[in-house]
Formats: sequence, C-alpha cells, structure tokens
Amino acid sequence: MPDRGFALVPGLTIALLIGPIAAGLIGTLLPAVGYLRPGGGGTFSLAPWQVLFAEPGIARAAWLSVKTGLLSTMGALLGCFLLIAGWQGTRVFSALERLLSPLLSVPHAAAALGLAFLIAPSGWLARLTSPWLTGWERPLDLLIIGDPGGWALIAGLLAKELPFLMLMALAALPQINSAARMEVAQTMGYGRTRGWALTVLPALYGQLRLPVYAVLAYAMSNVDVAIVLGPSTPPPLSIFILRWMTDPDLALRGPAAAAALLQLALVVGAIGAWRILEIAVARIGHVAVATGARGAGLPDYAARGVGLAVSALAALAIFGGIASQIAWSFAGRWRFPEALPSSFGLRSWDRHGPAALDTTLLTLCLAALAALLALILVLGCLEAEHRRGRSLGQLGLLVLYLPLILPQIAFLPGLQILLLQLGAGMGFWPVLLAHMVFVLPYMFLALAGPFRAWDTRYATLAHAMGAGREGVLWRLRLPMLLAPILTAFAVGMAVSVGQYLPTLLASGGRITTLTTEAIALSSGGDRRAIGVWTLALTAAAWLPFAAALLLPRLVFRNRTGLRHD
Amino acid sequence: MKHFLTAAATAAAFSLAGAAHGEPDPADWEAVLKEAQGETVFWHAWGGATTTNDFIAWVGERVMNDYGVTLEHVKLTDTADAVARVVAEEAAGTDEGGAVDMIWINGENFIALKDAGLLFGPFAEQLPNWALVDTEGKPVTVDFTVPTDGFESPWAAAQVVFIYDSETMDTPPTSAEAIAAWAAENPGRFTFPQPPDFLGTTFLKQMLYELVEDPARLQEDAGDDYAEVTAPLWAWLEETTPNMWRSGRAYPASGPRQLQLINDGEIDLAVSLSPGEATAAIANQQLPESARTFVLDKGTIGNASFVAIPYNANAKAGAMVVANFLLSPEAQLRAQTPEILGYGTVLDMDKLAPEDRAAFDTLELGIATLSPAELGTALPEPHASWMTRVEQDWLERYGVAN
Repeated sequence: MPDRGFALVPGLTIALLIGPIAAGLIGTLLPAVGYLRPGGGGTFSLAPWQVLFAEPGIARAAWLSVKTGLLSTMGALLGCFLLIAGWQGTRVFSALERLLSPLLSVPHAAAALGLAFLIAPSGWLARLTSPWLTGWERPLDLLIIGDPGGWALIAGLLAKELPFLMLMALAALPQINSAARMEVAQTMGYGRTRGWALTVLPALYGQLRLPVYAVLAYAMSNVDVAIVLGPSTPPPLSIFILRWMTDPDLALRGPAAAAALLQLALVVGAIGAWRILEIAVARIGHVAVATGARGAGLPDYAARGVGLAVSALAALAIFGGIASQIAWSFAGRWRFPEALPSSFGLRSWDRHGPAALDTTLLTLCLAALAALLALILVLGCLEAEHRRGRSLGQLGLLVLYLPLILPQIAFLPGLQILLLQLGAGMGFWPVLLAHMVFVLPYMFLALAGPFRAWDTRYATLAHAMGAGREGVLWRLRLPMLLAPILTAFAVGMAVSVGQYLPTLLASGGRITTLTTEAIALSSGGDRRAIGVWTLALTAAAWLPFAAALLLPRLVFRNRTGLRHD
Repeated sequence: MKHFLTAAATAAAFSLAGAAHGEPDPADWEAVLKEAQGETVFWHAWGGATTTNDFIAWVGERVMNDYGVTLEHVKLTDTADAVARVVAEEAAGTDEGGAVDMIWINGENFIALKDAGLLFGPFAEQLPNWALVDTEGKPVTVDFTVPTDGFESPWAAAQVVFIYDSETMDTPPTSAEAIAAWAAENPGRFTFPQPPDFLGTTFLKQMLYELVEDPARLQEDAGDDYAEVTAPLWAWLEETTPNMWRSGRAYPASGPRQLQLINDGEIDLAVSLSPGEATAAIANQQLPESARTFVLDKGTIGNASFVAIPYNANAKAGAMVVANFLLSPEAQLRAQTPEILGYGTVLDMDKLAPEDRAAFDTLELGIATLSPAELGTALPEPHASWMTRVEQDWLERYGVAN
C-alpha cells in the first residue's frame, strides 16, 4: 500500500507545477499574438512583434543577454572545475570549501550591490588607495559599473554562480568515487588538472548538467544583478520585459510578452548551443585520452593557478562587498576619498533594525515551509521513481525544469492572473505556492543526483537481512543521505529567501520579505539602509546552510564516512 | 511576525468583505469616518527613501490613534507596479476587494488609470481639509495639464531645484546655456537620472522649457511642429551629452542615486523635484554639509504629489481618511520639516487657523532650502504629449546609443 502512496507523489508534484506554469505560459503566449488584452478580447495580430523589433536597441539587448549569460556561465564552470581539479584534498581547498556556504547564501542583489561599491571609481578599492597611492582627490570619470559591454555584469554573475556550481559539484563528487579515479590517473603520471579532467569530469558533469543549464538560464534572464551591474544604454533583454510589463501603457503588454518569448527562445537556443559544446568537448576529451599526454609540470601549475585566482577573486569580491555593507550600516558621514567612515554609529540599526528583524522572521517562516513541503514532494518523487524503476519521464522532467529555464518575468504575470481568478490574489498562501514553483525544481536538482547515485547494494543487503522497503528508506537511505538532504533544504530556503518577482506579484505587494524590501531600497540611494537590510537578508539565507553543514557533523560525530566532508 | 499576522488576518477578512457594503459617499463624512474605523489601508507608495518611509509610518500611527485606521505601507520600486496590479485585477474581474487601497501617484500613471476608468471618485474636493488647500497658487487640480477632477488628492507640492556642492562650485549655473558652458569646462561632473525615470524626464522637460522659443506652446498638444519646437533641446543635448558623467554612456537610475554620486565626489550638480531634499539629505548624512540648492533664472517646473484610490479598493473609506489626514496642517507641517521630509505644503496659509499659520511661519526651512520667495512661482507642467515623444526620442538618440 505505501508503494501506491508513493506512486501518487509524482503526479501531485507535476499538477502543482503544471497549473501555475501552464497559466503563466498561456498568459505569455496569448498577449504576444494579440489576445488576452486587459479588458478582454482581441484578435490575432503580429503587432506586438512589430513593436518589439522596431524598439531601438532591442537587437543589442538580446545580444547582451546571450553574451553575458554564456560568458559568465562558462567562466564560473571553468573556475569551479579548475579549483576542484587542482586543489581538492589540499588545505587551501578545505579553506575555500568552508567559505562556500556563506558565499552561496549571499543573495544576488546583495552581492551585486556590494561588488558595485567595491569596484566603482569612487568605490572602496579606490578609497583604500587614494590619495596616498593614486593621487586621486576626486574619483576618475571611468565607466566601470554598467559598461555597455556588460563586463561588470559578467563578473558579478561569475562570482555569484561559481559557489553554486561548486556546491552542486561537491554534493555529487562522493557519489562518483572521485578520489579513487584521481589516484589511478596520478599513478599513471597525469598532472592533477589533466588527470581530473579525463577521469573525474566526465562522470561529474553528468550530474552537473541540469544545474549548469539552470545557471545559464538564470544568467541570461535575471533582473536583480542586471539592474545593479548591467548596462542601461541599452540594458539586457530582461530589463526591457520588466519595464514593459510594469508600464502604465497597457499596449506594451503585448510587446512585453513577445519579448518574453524571444527571451525564452534565446535561452533554449543557448542551452542547445551548450549541448553541442558539451559533445565537442567530449570528443576533444577522447582525443586527449588517446594522445596520452600527461599535462604535468608547468601546464598543471598554470591551470591550478588560474583556478585558485578565479575562485579567490570571486570570494574576495563577495566578502568585500558584504564587508562594505557592514561598514555602511554603521557609517556616519563617509565621503570620497576617506577609506573608512569619519564616524560610526548605531543610528541606521536603531532606525531599521526592528523592522528588519520582524521581516526576517516572516521570510524564514515562509522559506522553511516552502522548503519542507517541497522536500516531501521531491523525496516522494525520487522514492517512487526508485520503486517503480522508472523516472518521472521526459514530460515530467520538462515540467519540473521549466520554471528554471523559463524567464521568471515571462510567466509570472500570467500566474498572477490565475491566482486572481481563483480569488486568492494576495496573502501568505499564494506566495508560498509561487515560491514552491521555484523552490521545488532547485531542490530536485540538488537532491536527484545524490539520491539516484546511492548504492542500491545496501538495499539488497538490507532486504537479505529481512528489512522491507519502508525500513530501507527510513533506516538506511534517508539517514545516509542526510547531508545532501540538508543541503537541498538549505538551497530551497535560500531560493525562497531570494525570490523577488513571485513575492511581489503573488501577494499584491502585501507580503514584505527581506528581498522585496532590499530591492525597494536599492532603487533609492540610502546605502546605510541598504546595508542593514542586505545584512539581514544575507543572514537569513546563511543560517540554513550553516545548519546543513553542522547537523551531519553532530548527528554523525561517530560515523565519519557519513558526513560527506 | 507582525506582517505575517496582519497578512493572515486580512486574508481572512477578505473572504467576508466585498459585497457586504456599497461605496462610501465622500460627501457624508460622518459615515466615511464610521466605515473607516477598523479598516486596513494598503498604501502603495515608492519605498526608496528612508525619510519618506518614516513619514508614512508616522502617518500610520496617527490615523490609527485618531480614526482606528490601520495603514500598511506597500513599498514600491516603481509606481507603475501598483498601476499594473490594478489593471491585472480588472482584467481578472476582481472588481471588489482589490489589493491596492491607495497609490502615491501622478503624471502618466494617473492619466492611465483615469482614462481607463479605474479610479474611485471624485472624492478629493469633498475631503474636509480640502477647504485649506491652496487651489490658486499650487498645481493641485491639474496633473500634466490633465484636470484631476477630484480623482486624486494632493499631499505635497514639488518644484524643480538643482542641488550643488558649494565647496566645489562657486557660482551655480542658472540657465540651460550656463549649464552647458559649465559642463564643457568641467567634463564628467554632471548627469541626470536616465529617462524614462520620472526625474530624468522632468529634467528634459525643464531644459525644453528653457530652450523653447514660446513656452506657452507647451501647454497644448504636441502636433506637427514637434520637431521644430524641440530642435533647440536636441542641439543642447548634442553639445552637452559628451561632457556629462561617463560621457553620457551611463546614467544614474534614480534621483537619490545622484545624491550618492555627489557624496562620492563623482558629480557636482543634481536635479531634484523636492526643494527640501538637500536639507533632509544633509541631516541624513547622505549629502555633505556644503550642499546647497538653486533654481533657474527663468523659473522651474512645479507639480504636486497626489494620492488616488483604485475603483476596486477594499478600504475606500479608510483611504479617504488617510488622504484627508495628509492634508491636515499637522501632517503638512511635519512633511515640510526639513529634517523629516522637507516637502512643500499644498495648503494656503491664509486659510489656516492663526496658530497653524504661526507654526508654518516659524518653521526653519533648513540650510540648503530656498525660501518661497527665492523659489519663485512654479511653471506649469507641459502637456503630457510632449514628454511622451521627447522621452521616446531621447531613448533612441542616447538611451541605446552604445
């Protein structure tokens, strides 16, 4: 009987996702071809597309989307691989690994704001070196933040996505026996990096593929980092969609929907191109194996150096940014070129602290509930898949990953209309539902690999000793997977904490979370207030990761092999 | 947890509210007060400035104490978000119990909602405190040349001023020509918020006023002579843009960002719509103590901030009570206090009780705020049709130039 219970979960999960997704898609498709106009009605028309393509700068905006998305994802993936390949098992690696969770938990908007203050011409780096070193009494008129080429945006996305990919890789590594693979490669005289790329990478990448696609889709269509670091003359495509979606001129909803479809096509196209790249790289890999070149010595040192430099810079950028937020939250007057505020005080914390605490509680409550419900569904799906011996199916998988690949801005307004039709246009529960649409896939991403890679010979052994399926699940599988489960839970909470558009649209603005508050403030210029709120935001996202790291150590203090560290 | 409980409570209340009672009648103020008692008003207002947020929180305390109205500030990044919400609700047939009770609004957002028939009212001129409003000297009955017809109620008067750092700039440039000349001598030290940001568009409007041959023409619809009338503006921008901050290849996103740039030493001049903003920002440590303001010789554009109530608002009576409270001498005085908000009042001093007038008279406007005499009479907003086209043209020429 319990088997049948599990069999229901995948259907339930898909239903939970497909409703909002389908409504969102319809809400995007129809306006793009002239239907679903506010006020009702409409006839087929290509006018929205004509408006879209006549918009000045739109081609460049689309190109920016593709360029910043591909380059930042490649950079992050390469940095992540070079670091693991060159340094796994060393003391440097353990140190960086400990920085990982706090790095990952810094929300995108907070990281972007921090980075902007670090590298601007009047930013912290310039302040720390002026005027004694640079001679600058005034900041130089240099275009660093918001450069038309999008390089600041690429750097910000790279720094933010590298830790995410690292975490995903680290969760997968124990499942593919990477240490033994490396031992063999090194025994045969391969350099660390080359040996790793030839033996560990192929197995690892199979488990990383979906997270990589999600990163690529996010990097191409995000709004929050692009607003802070991206160019504005013109901005990336996602900003055009946001602008039109929220424009009081209702005629722009059509072009917005068309642009959303264009964004979707770009994302799908980029993933296709990425897939071709994967195949090409695999071919090169085969050739590389055949040549037998060892890549030891200088090439190995160079690769290790690049991996360390990229990762260390990403870590420095994000931590430096957070440090600057701390400084601003306590700052009195602080002008260029002073390295530090001329006075410190608790004024900003007095002013914003109580409200921030209040909002932190609600944000965490929402995040924990969303992650818990999603965890039950994800585990149910995976266990059902295990018992039935077949996975969700292609269609099911597609539904599951759609929220990550479809730009949020493209289908959320459609989702909002659905909620309104249901008479649930605002409040806590619609927000929870909207968050789950995004939390669920990410948790599935985080958990599916480790869950599937679990060695079923343990189950065979347990069955031989008389344990039933429930016993195996509850007494073996789940406890052995505690570390990945907690990590997935933390990922889910962080995803919920970071949601901006779903919170805003599903609550009618009535649920204030730390992210909506921080982003509302970021449109103004009060760095002190932004400092307080982004620190609260960072803390809220960080706590679950800290728990995910600590709990397995406490629970398995006598079982080192189960700690996954 | 406060928000959580409020949200849960209102969600529960919504299932009961709605058809239970009809529209409140603004003319029957006693009934409005009675109905407002216990209502929760969700005021959608831009949430980007600490000073404004604090002021709205204070308004919330006061209307709770006096009228039993709970005020929740829904902090927006862009007023258009609230407009979009109302539009979406209408599209979905939510004609009652909407999420938005009151919007801080003006300009094209107001016109969009008014034209679409999505506003409640007219109500503004029935508010008891309307009797105190300066309807002659302040732009309180017309918004972007479109009559408000009582569908929005004013709560603050605004006028274009320029903020500069007196430490780095001796004589502020008080005309379009002077700004261009100064920018040429000091490249990279001036910018404005990127249109279609409200303030950025206002700056273009102001320059159009300065440069156009016949300012009266701007009060009428833009027609076939648009290119001819606006030609001097484009010539001015052609000359000035390369001398701007980042050579005009990037712009700050909003008004307050400019203040940050002054404090960072990156620019010396910023445009503002709030004559008291500089003083408030100095008190808030966001601007150096040497910041000052000035207006242009030929005068600057003035407008007002309004609140409007959507047609499907859930707490219309409560919203009217808040709108009326915003017009009270107490609220207006607090809004004008430079360390708090520094917004101009929309009240007519001659209509106030002597003690209220005295309070306004003795208010220290602050070190960087111009006196009403120095501010001069505000120029009226140009017709909205001009700015729609200027905005579009600017975008094509400079907004996507890279």
